Amino acid sequence: MSGIADMLWHFAKWSEATPLGKMIRNSEYAFPMIEFVHLAALAVIGGAVLIVDMRLLGFGLKKTSVAVLAKDAQPYVTGSLIVMLLTGIALYSSEATKCYASAAFWIKMASLLLAMIFTYTIKKRVAAGDHENKLVGALSIVLWFGVAWGGRWIGFGG
Amino acid sequence: MSLLGAVKALADQSWSIQLHESLYGYPIVESLHVWALCLFVGLTIVLDLRLTGLTFKTVPVSDVVKRILPWQVAGFVVMVISGVLLFYAIPIRSYQNIFFRVKLVLLVIAGLNVWIFNSGVYLRIQAWDRDPIPPARARFAGFASLALWVLIIFCGRMIAYNWFDCDKQPQPHMINTLAGCELEAPAP
Repeated sequence: MSGIADMLWHFAKWSEATPLGKMIRNSEYAFPMIEFVHLAALAVIGGAVLIVDMRLLGFGLKKTSVAVLAKDAQPYVTGSLIVMLLTGIALYSSEATKCYASAAFWIKMASLLLAMIFTYTIKKRVAAGDHENKLVGALSIVLWFGVAWGGRWIGFGG
Repeated sequence: MSLLGAVKALADQSWSIQLHESLYGYPIVESLHVWALCLFVGLTIVLDLRLTGLTFKTVPVSDVVKRILPWQVAGFVVMVISGVLLFYAIPIRSYQNIFFRVKLVLLVIAGLNVWIFNSGVYLRIQAWDRDPIPPARARFAGFASLALWVLIIFCGRMIAYNWFDCDKQPQPHMINTLAGCELEAPAP
């Protein structure tokens, strides 16, 4: 096993042994409830991201400037992202070794990392520049939908 | 034929069994349901946030309503088709699932909320189209929709769990009644 894989495996074992991981695993209701909050935040981030991406692509609220729309949506993107990360960490801690073995989980983590970097660097700058940009809008949608798709497939043991 | 009888007949169809047992078909339909959730519920939340006056305050309300409507309709169509397929794959268990039943009721209430909004305060949209904080009735419609969709997502996610399933007895009488469980008569 290579160094990084080894490290990730140990991290997964450690996560499952944390009090949080144990508590969620031992409770019949904790996992479903956290999953629900994760999913509700997904709906919020879905809307807040899409309304700006659609505008960048030249659809939706075309009479409103890209910059205004992006500025108004920003607290909802960041707020729901924080909720998703916190609930996501909790879900991971309860089944980290299963996630380690799941291709869908790693696809999701890779898309998530790219999507977050892209959102807070390139997309933020382009939206503030107030011009439509189809490439940036399309890339954002593809990255975030990759995150959602990967997330759903973790549950199927993919 | 009773409704349960019809549902049982659905469950016997070969396509239902094939979808239920498929390695990829069922997960793909469920993933589409979640994608469409981002589109449909996400955009509904955008409109609700405008109606409650929480954000997008400089965008005219009618502009939000009209320009996102085609996308909401597209998302809604995918949600309904994928939702019907998910039901079709597991008909009896879904039909007797308490969360599924509550979800359907909440969907009807969400529809009523839209109808009341459209046939009430929205008829006078010219008077408040550009108000940063819309009138109370519009704000109420927005908050009601937000609350309803959160509950609908809750019920939708909980359908997967079997806490109140009919084959998991004993259950409180009220649960069995609400879920429509057919209980076998106790042995003589």
